[in-house]
Amino acid sequence: MSEHDAAGETMTRQPAHTTKRVLVTGLSTYWGGRLAQALESHPEIETIIGVDNRDPTRELTRTEFVKVSNQHSLIQRIVTAAEIDTVIDSRLVVDSMTTAPRLAHENNVIGTMNILAACATGGSPVRKYVFKSSAHYYGCEQDDPAFFTEDMRRPHSPGTAIERDIVEAEAAVDEFADRSSNVTATVLRFTNVLGPHLATSHARMFGLPLVPMVLGFDPRCQFVHEDDVVHALEHAALHDIPGTYNVAADGVLALSEVIGLLGKRPLPVLPPWGTGAIAAPLRRLGARFPDEMVNQLRFGRGLDNRKLKATYFAYGYTSRETVQKFGEHLRLHPVLRGSEGSYTYEKEVEEFLRWSPHVQRDDERASEEPFGI
Amino acid sequence: MTPDRTSLSGRDDAPATDADERPLPARREVERMRDLLPAIEPERRVDDWGRSERVEGVFDATLIEFFYRYWFRCEVEGIEHVPSDGGALLVSNHSGALPPDAAMIAKAIRDEHPQPRPLNITVEHFFKGYPGFSMLIPKIGCVAAHPANVHRLLFDERQLVLVFPEGRKGTEKLYKERYRLRRFGRGGFVEAAMRAEAKLVPVCVVGAEEAAPVFAQAKLLQRMTGLLYFPITPTFPLLGPLGMLGYLPAKFKLRFLEPIDTVGMGSDPASDKGLVQTVAQEIRARIQENLHEMVGERKSVWFG
Repeated sequence: MSEHDAAGETMTRQPAHTTKRVLVTGLSTYWGGRLAQALESHPEIETIIGVDNRDPTRELTRTEFVKVSNQHSLIQRIVTAAEIDTVIDSRLVVDSMTTAPRLAHENNVIGTMNILAACATGGSPVRKYVFKSSAHYYGCEQDDPAFFTEDMRRPHSPGTAIERDIVEAEAAVDEFADRSSNVTATVLRFTNVLGPHLATSHARMFGLPLVPMVLGFDPRCQFVHEDDVVHALEHAALHDIPGTYNVAADGVLALSEVIGLLGKRPLPVLPPWGTGAIAAPLRRLGARFPDEMVNQLRFGRGLDNRKLKATYFAYGYTSRETVQKFGEHLRLHPVLRGSEGSYTYEKEVEEFLRWSPHVQRDDERASEEPFGI
Repeated sequence: MTPDRTSLSGRDDAPATDADERPLPARREVERMRDLLPAIEPERRVDDWGRSERVEGVFDATLIEFFYRYWFRCEVEGIEHVPSDGGALLVSNHSGALPPDAAMIAKAIRDEHPQPRPLNITVEHFFKGYPGFSMLIPKIGCVAAHPANVHRLLFDERQLVLVFPEGRKGTEKLYKERYRLRRFGRGGFVEAAMRAEAKLVPVCVVGAEEAAPVFAQAKLLQRMTGLLYFPITPTFPLLGPLGMLGYLPAKFKLRFLEPIDTVGMGSDPASDKGLVQTVAQEIRARIQENLHEMVGERKSVWFG
């Protein structure tokens, strides 16, 4: 190794300037909760504050929850009062089947603008902003490249509401990054996520006994494991990596390969022409087949993940392993159903555990007996 | 894969800005990005581009073997001009309704080259959107002719790529215009090779024009079927879609010409439009010249 490498080594191995006081938006989403749990295990992070308009869905020990909607004046007050140095924006809705289009727009575009406004005021303590985005940014078209890199613009204007929202939200983040030179802005574009705890449209589709395919098409699919998503957000929170990064596991599979790995059978019944037109009646029948998935089932999408790997991020799973893990979950699910306890947020209990002088807040004790059971 | 992460240089000097403005990455960063390419898991039989070992093998052992050995009786010259390592862009003339030339070039490299490597054949984006084709085409080693795809294959993965700069203009042309090279686009293929620091290997194919003569193009039927074009050949549309494979048994001759190295052409040759055009013209002229020579030497269309 040359001295040049050694110099580079110290440069990025160095932890981020000051990730000490973190604000997580969308705490009650799956990602916000998982991320807060992950950040709690880092003792150098003094404060974790989570905001959302719903109660948290995951058990947290030292994260403080503030119930607030995406109003920028309120969030700005929290940011200033708590001297937040890092904001992690994990609210983005990427599946049009989970949220009504109006609400999704409200959350994805207006919400992002509000959070950015809260971070951008003069004298703001925020030094880092991490935005969870989606590979839907690139869309999915016939003349796409086989591997999108971060510097590529999408060749066509967005076709679905969710894609439009994501492009708009990213534009707002870009503008914010340009204006605030003292803030490290990181955008992570996640590809389709698969994992046992997440009910995405892909997961639903793969859960069917016969997996529908578009007749005459075998698209390329790439996935990322839910744990890797959390690790990537954590990585961006703890290190200084300005810019935009694709997050997608190694390996792009053919859909037929995925179906084979899951031990399912393909059902090529969707018509090759007018697939979008048939999606609407299918949705009415209860199939979870969102607009942004229609083209993915025809053309597929691949992302180049090297830029993030170059920042020393290591994926835990390849696309293939992600699918295999998911297959295991599908087979185990009927056996384990109902045995996993669910979590309900009890405001008074959580507040007592955090603020009462009678609770012994000893780190050792905390690890033995987690709060908030 | 545990990539060998060696260098961090260039992380700060190459931030995510516009691709057009970014200078060529430094040598070491290039090596590092190559190391970070995902490896193909050994259990997989399909690669990240969608190429399937199994499907390709079946085609290679049956249909392509038959055409290569017995039907077209391919004769290959200058196979040593195909480099054994590093990225190389093969440039060939193009013809035939459902062109047999690409498959024969790939087969020639697989069978005759001392160190055979898979050949990636660039095809129109059209095929990705047409049912059936969309499924089959990537499995047998075709990729969409997107500049980013060509660059990744040539530069990052250092593979062989085949382009037909004539594109559709080549396959659309009629029998009476045979062996007359069409315009070579805007020289995009030369630019791609320069940017990827890859060698350019001109290839001449004689025989394909007679194997699949196109007598006419039916515009109306083309519009009705949504195909790229609708050729009238001796067997198509007479025998249905399979009539596309109804090739006449012309004798094939493949000639690989001496490679052109793009590395010594200056610091950033791809941005020199004049140079790009000059190189494209030169390649076109060399292929045309050799085609004339090969057709001139040929005593019989069917026996060579």
